[in-house]
Amino acid sequence: MMDQFLYGTEAAINGLMTGVMYSLVALGFVLIFKASGIFNYAQGVMALFGALTLVGIQEGQVPFAGLINAIFGTNIQKFGWELPAVAAIILTIGVMILFAWLVERLLLKHLVNQEPIILFMATIGLAYFMEGVGDLMWGSDIKTLNLGLTQGLNETIDAATYDWFGYGFYIDNLDITAAIIAIILVVALTIFSQYSTTGRALRAVADDHQAALSVGISLRFIWVVVWAIAGFIALVAGVMWGAKSGVQFSLSLITLKALPVLMLGGFTSIPGAIIGGMIIGVGEKLFEFIVSSSWFGDFFGFTMNATENWFAYVLALIFLVFRPQGLFGDKIIERV
Amino acid sequence: MSDSYVTPDGRTIGGKVLEMRNITLRFGGVVAIKDISFDIREGEIRAIIGPNGAGKSSMLNVINGFYHPQEGEIWFHGEKRKPMKPYQIAKQGIARTFQNIALFKGMSTLDNIMTGRFNQMKTNMALQMLWKGPAEREEVANREIVERVIDFLEIQAIRKTPVGALPYGLQKRVELGRALAAQPKLLLLDEPMAGMNVEEKEDMSRFILDVNDEFGTTIALIEHDMGVVMDISDRVVVMDYGKKIGDGTPDEVRNNQAVIDAYLGVDHG
Ligand SMILES: Nc1ncnc2c1ncn2[C@@H]1O[C@H](COP(=O)(O)OP(=O)(O)OP(=O)(O)O)[C@@H](O)[C@H]1O
Ligand SMILES: [Mg+2]
Repeated sequence: MMDQFLYGTEAAINGLMTGVMYSLVALGFVLIFKASGIFNYAQGVMALFGALTLVGIQEGQVPFAGLINAIFGTNIQKFGWELPAVAAIILTIGVMILFAWLVERLLLKHLVNQEPIILFMATIGLAYFMEGVGDLMWGSDIKTLNLGLTQGLNETIDAATYDWFGYGFYIDNLDITAAIIAIILVVALTIFSQYSTTGRALRAVADDHQAALSVGISLRFIWVVVWAIAGFIALVAGVMWGAKSGVQFSLSLITLKALPVLMLGGFTSIPGAIIGGMIIGVGEKLFEFIVSSSWFGDFFGFTMNATENWFAYVLALIFLVFRPQGLFGDKIIERV
Repeated sequence: MSDSYVTPDGRTIGGKVLEMRNITLRFGGVVAIKDISFDIREGEIRAIIGPNGAGKSSMLNVINGFYHPQEGEIWFHGEKRKPMKPYQIAKQGIARTFQNIALFKGMSTLDNIMTGRFNQMKTNMALQMLWKGPAEREEVANREIVERVIDFLEIQAIRKTPVGALPYGLQKRVELGRALAAQPKLLLLDEPMAGMNVEEKEDMSRFILDVNDEFGTTIALIEHDMGVVMDISDRVVVMDYGKKIGDGTPDEVRNNQAVIDAYLGVDHG
């Protein structure tokens, strides 16, 4: 039984690491939703787009190479340089800020005061548009992201847990890095929103649009800021995910993983997004571990596999029934 | 009439800060404001009164840019104002409070009042992220002004309290504090004393008079309590069904037949 407990703990820790990634994606949603009441379907695609752009810039790919070649009959692919990771990251952040600005200019500005459903549809459109642009710009092949992050078994933890429990936990270095970066990001965001002028303005807009306007805060400026921050969070999530399993178009599907997190944590709660992500991450790994174990099989006469695909949704649905506003969400009265 | 005048209590009122010329505001078929003109002078406390639905709040909303009138001109400091966004008007030095308190409920009293300094805080975002240096100095300087506002309004005890948890009267005071923090040239107050008891009303009247007196702030205020209006205002605009039916000193307005009729509910025909 002791060894089962250890395996379970290991599964839970691994789940926690994955959960942190879910939290990040959900956090991007919550920020935009709070500031503008928009449910941003494109959050996952933003993660994909960010990761694609990072790889493209780092490897010196010519953007829209396929398109240029098709029109002019040329055969250009690369500029022939390799940028250091830091430079590529900074440039990519620049691209995400530019993206936020364009979204405000070309989309949000024209949709002020529209119904939430219309805004939602607009973000669906945005998602597909960006997927197309991402494809045109950087091509659709699976790319490997090389930021020099160490990957594979963390031997310190393996050795230490072996000493203590007689069983070495398998924890991936990349997961640890991702979790640490996510934590730093969340702490930095919290400090920024609590103690800076713009952060205060962000909270003000999330709280009351009219009052925010009356003290001189421009909603459009705040929207650019929020979308840029959400873009940055998406980039981090996309990079971490991409480093693990390659940058490919299925990455945009992490939106679907963030959805149950939001149902659990509430659409307007930042702590909810963070804790919800972790609950789902840990929950799905633990559940899988339990229902696929031999003792579960001995007891119930059956075992289950591949529960990770649906467990999060079932958990979220159960939550939705009993607590529709989510763990920390605001009481459902009206959208403010 | 010359531009400046001296009040009975000896304050000198200056030239026109704001002038509304033939303002008409419609919502579909409803005419909320009908061809109204009036001015607000430097250093004056100007009241806007009238029965419910007269268009008083709409008038403040026109002044601070929430509503855009279909007709008429707005002159601010001797210049015709182009149609502007509320945040741009705030930058010009017009601050306000709301009839239904509009505070940032999740934030503390201090943070709420700090948002009033938004226009004066100019360090760019990149520097704010670094926090040290200019951003920190700016925060400290503005914090001082905010602390003075807090002392002035005697709300030290609730500095850190989330305003959503405060009683109504104190929320109104915090909202005034947020507007004052901007050090506005023109302060718009929409029913600052609504729902208050006598003692709270006295406090609020005193704050309004002190703001006007100590900082020379020009104030436009909407108020239903006639006693208060007659006490603290220099001149009064009276509205009814979107029209201006009276304009003058409290005494003049009190004796105006149209005003008396409106308040006694005489048939409007
Ligand atoms: N945003 C709006 N849309 C449609 N009609 C409006 C809007 N704002 C005000 N009105 C209408 O304009 C008229 C004047 O309203 P307003 O709120 O300015 O009155 P008020 O004098 O402030 O009344 P109260 O003393 O009750 O606050 C009312 O008929 C109101 O229904
Ligand atoms: Mg009103």
